Amino acid sequence: MNSVLNIDLEKEADKICDGIRRAMAENLGRRGLVLGMSGGIDSSVCSALAVRALGKERVLGILMPEQDSSSASSDLGKLLAEHLGIRYETQNISGALESLGCYRWRDDAIREVVPEYADGWKNKIVIRGGLDGQINRYELVVEDPAGNRQQVRLPIKPYLQIVAATNFKQRIRKTLEYCWADRLNYAVLGTPNRLEYDQGFFVKHGDGAADLKPIAHLYKSQVYAMARHLKLPDPICNSTPTTDTYSLAQGQDEFYFALPYQQMDIAVFALNAEWTPEKLAKEINVSEEQAAWIFSDILRKRKTTRYLHEAPVLLEAVSLE
Amino acid sequence: MEATRNQVRQYILQNYLFTEDESALSDEVSFLDSGLIDSTGMMEVIFFLEEAFSIKVEDEEMVPENLDSVNNLLHYIQKKSGKAA
Repeated sequence: MNSVLNIDLEKEADKICDGIRRAMAENLGRRGLVLGMSGGIDSSVCSALAVRALGKERVLGILMPEQDSSSASSDLGKLLAEHLGIRYETQNISGALESLGCYRWRDDAIREVVPEYADGWKNKIVIRGGLDGQINRYELVVEDPAGNRQQVRLPIKPYLQIVAATNFKQRIRKTLEYCWADRLNYAVLGTPNRLEYDQGFFVKHGDGAADLKPIAHLYKSQVYAMARHLKLPDPICNSTPTTDTYSLAQGQDEFYFALPYQQMDIAVFALNAEWTPEKLAKEINVSEEQAAWIFSDILRKRKTTRYLHEAPVLLEAVSLE
Repeated sequence: MEATRNQVRQYILQNYLFTEDESALSDEVSFLDSGLIDSTGMMEVIFFLEEAFSIKVEDEEMVPENLDSVNNLLHYIQKKSGKAA
């Protein structure tokens, strides 16, 4: 981890656990916490911190695989639940997604740009342009069963349909988390790290919905460091961040962030600390021009995703006192 | 050129500002920096350009200098239309 992001991990873990207990008592009024366990670093660290704050008997993990998610994700989720000694439930959401038309809508949209796309093919969306001073655009990558790949720019209509369809995944998962929370009188814990929260990398009313987001202030590198500090199993500490949403392996930097998380962390930190593009360029080994584009991209994403954080707009104030 | 300017302005005014008030849109303001249009919105603008002016926006042309204000759009449409002619 870059030294500018160094924190006292033990002190930070204590602070977060105090915050979780305080939120439970003062804000939420629930008896425990439910969270979706993807096997990724963020939900794993959140699970461990929740257990440290409330005890293992007050934390429920939900594993929600579907046909496009990696089996490794479920394996890591189970590994962590067993490591922490918490209760967990596994519910495959493929059937619900199928019923809602998630896969059909997505595949219909893909066939608008790749007519030969068929069962057995895989897909993902990648972002292009931001690092080169271009306006961000999205490209569809498909792979036939023989492993042949095509990559094409996505026009607006199929792009929106693919995103809308795949967002069902995050929203169905959150529906299940709240179902379990209601059943147990628990609150739902959300797992975004600072990059995701700052840059709006979440689905509104999907993974963005939660009662408490205890690591939203931690950079991704700090989350990895916290995982090691909390002595989580090695396969989790060494995992690569993926969206686990598309059938082809997709890094978060391919889909949303312009850079790998280690560099994105520094870039967001640098912007917050008012570094110059020149200083950022030296720190993450890009050109000064690229560093300026990175700052612009971060600011634009903040601005254009702000509504994702907002409560519904009311046209007149409504007192709740 | 004035007809094109009007067509572009009306598209932006109606679809992004939800107004018929011409004074709400300055021809030189950056869509992206002002927060008027985001990257998804720019994909819609590209669809509009390709449909309304029968041009193909190439990947390398997706830069702010071509697309990020009414004036930039007009220069770009003019350049592309000239090329097509």
